[in-house]
Amino acid sequence: MAVTDMTKLTLGPIAYHWSAEERRDFYARIADEAPVDEVYLGEVICSKRAPFHEPDLPDTIARLERAGKTVVLSSLAEVMLKRERKATADLAEMDAPEIEINNAAGLYARGDRPHRIGPFMNAYNEATIAWMARQGASHVCLPAELPGEAIAIAAKAARDLGLGVEVQVFGRASLAVSARCYHARAHGRTKDNCQFVCEDDADGMPLCTTDERVILRVNGIQTQSESYVDLLPEMPQLASVGVTHLRLMPQAVDMVAVAQVFRDALDEKSDSRDAEQALKDICGDVAFSNGFYHGQAGYRRIALTTAS
Amino acid sequence: MSLAELICPAGTPAALRTAVDAGADAVYCGFQDATNARNFPGLNFTPDELADAVVYAHAKGTKVLLALNTYPPAGKVDLWRQAADTGARLGVDAFIVADMGVADYIAQTHPQVRLHLSVQAAASSPEAIRYYCERFGVKRVVLPRILTIPEIKQVRKDIPCEIETFIFGNHGLMVEGRCSLTNYLTGQSTNMDGVCSPASDVEYKRDADGTMSSQLAGFTIDCFGPDEKAGYPTICKGRYTAPHRPDAYYAFEEPVSLNLSRLLPELIDAGVHAFKIEGRQRSKSYVRGVVTAFRHAVDDIRAGRPADMANLVALTEGQKQTQGAFETKKWR
Repeated sequence: MAVTDMTKLTLGPIAYHWSAEERRDFYARIADEAPVDEVYLGEVICSKRAPFHEPDLPDTIARLERAGKTVVLSSLAEVMLKRERKATADLAEMDAPEIEINNAAGLYARGDRPHRIGPFMNAYNEATIAWMARQGASHVCLPAELPGEAIAIAAKAARDLGLGVEVQVFGRASLAVSARCYHARAHGRTKDNCQFVCEDDADGMPLCTTDERVILRVNGIQTQSESYVDLLPEMPQLASVGVTHLRLMPQAVDMVAVAQVFRDALDEKSDSRDAEQALKDICGDVAFSNGFYHGQAGYRRIALTTAS
Repeated sequence: MSLAELICPAGTPAALRTAVDAGADAVYCGFQDATNARNFPGLNFTPDELADAVVYAHAKGTKVLLALNTYPPAGKVDLWRQAADTGARLGVDAFIVADMGVADYIAQTHPQVRLHLSVQAAASSPEAIRYYCERFGVKRVVLPRILTIPEIKQVRKDIPCEIETFIFGNHGLMVEGRCSLTNYLTGQSTNMDGVCSPASDVEYKRDADGTMSSQLAGFTIDCFGPDEKAGYPTICKGRYTAPHRPDAYYAFEEPVSLNLSRLLPELIDAGVHAFKIEGRQRSKSYVRGVVTAFRHAVDDIRAGRPADMANLVALTEGQKQTQGAFETKKWR
């Protein structure tokens, strides 16, 4: 039996400001067609966006659960304003078993009730993971920049404590968050009068150097990598060191097809070269990267040497 | 009125003595490794140097705060623990921490030493701050540079610990402790290695037409005309183009430095306990000038005299200044 048989595929929360209608359609397809086990919902980046899609949340949850998916609600990464503090507390105090927390304000409100640790919580090492487990964490998503060697040690520590361990294997990496909205800034506005210009960029707004290399993507207060992280070839390694959950971040591409590529690779139904080609066909021109995993510049694409 | 302690940068033993002599209430410093967020070549302290520094500072009534404010990657936690053990043995007055595992270790092993929460922990709400206070016994929080003064005043009422705010120096734009921009382009991590736009990856290239480009790891971060002064290629202060911005613009922030000297009275009134001056990478003469000027300003304000801020304006070396988020929400 392959070591990847038990590995779960998850779909991370939508980072962008997709409209309510786009989200409804997206999750309907995910429920019906995507071979993912768990789906994270909720607004993680900008509290101003939440009112647009929150009314649909109960229906989306029900739809996904009927399709056999585990639904996890994710909390905001940046918590400063009153409405952000309230949203975080309301979520953390819900009587739900699966909550992913992305800010210490959420940990404070959640207390020792079970929760997941999100990728913005900086669970970089075994000591921090042990601390989090003692405070009620049941699952931890590791930071996107953590190299493979550290992932192996962190994963072992988490597994020994009975925690689930998650690593992002697809999509743009979150590189920074800010109190300032860079989407609004690009349009000569401020966060308070942004008029939701971020809605125009379903896959983020590209930033290009003056010598015309696209390097970053702006998503409101978040800055992301231009490249999509792609750890398809590294998945067997991840599974073998104890990573239990692999996260696909929603991008403006056919995510059902993306999930199928990753699922087939996990089930060893596809040859790795075919899987890579399939992913390229789905995602078009975008660059893929795995530099963080290999302890190098994040944007880099490192070829795996074939195991001898 | 709060004490308004002056917390000053000490990148080297010489800078530390300079800051102490110029009237710092406390200095902050780090070891020569990844355990602190200014892990730059030529900076920081050996354990022996720190031992001497603590003796020197304490003799003049100045506190020494040890920055252990990075995030150990799994497998390297011992380096941070050893740094904490050394600091405790040498008698530092507080540890400045960000990582929960490091905080927990110090709270358990060295409960007699004060814990300060680094800006790298990005605790920007009363609830987040209370989490660290209640779980680890944190006595002071260094606030992210994103709150207005009325907001700071409100936070102060809602938390059980002291507040330290940055008042002068480099103006970080991203939420500290959540930024991997440098790692994305260079392979060195701000959180894990303590570096930001490392000098070893910096290059300046002059074109035939006289324009100069500043590069980081081969990426052009900014471009300057023949008459412009070329700036350091910090990713979040570079100029880029975007679909709606065909002319390169400062997508994140202009290369300005923070100067809150004019807001000092309001910050004291808001209940800020300590003012932090950024700049462990700066020269001894810079440290002397800035610390001396702020010492006079704070003393004047506390004595009810109008403070003379002219010297501080001169210190910014012609760089553009900002009051950042502290003055208005429009900054966001």
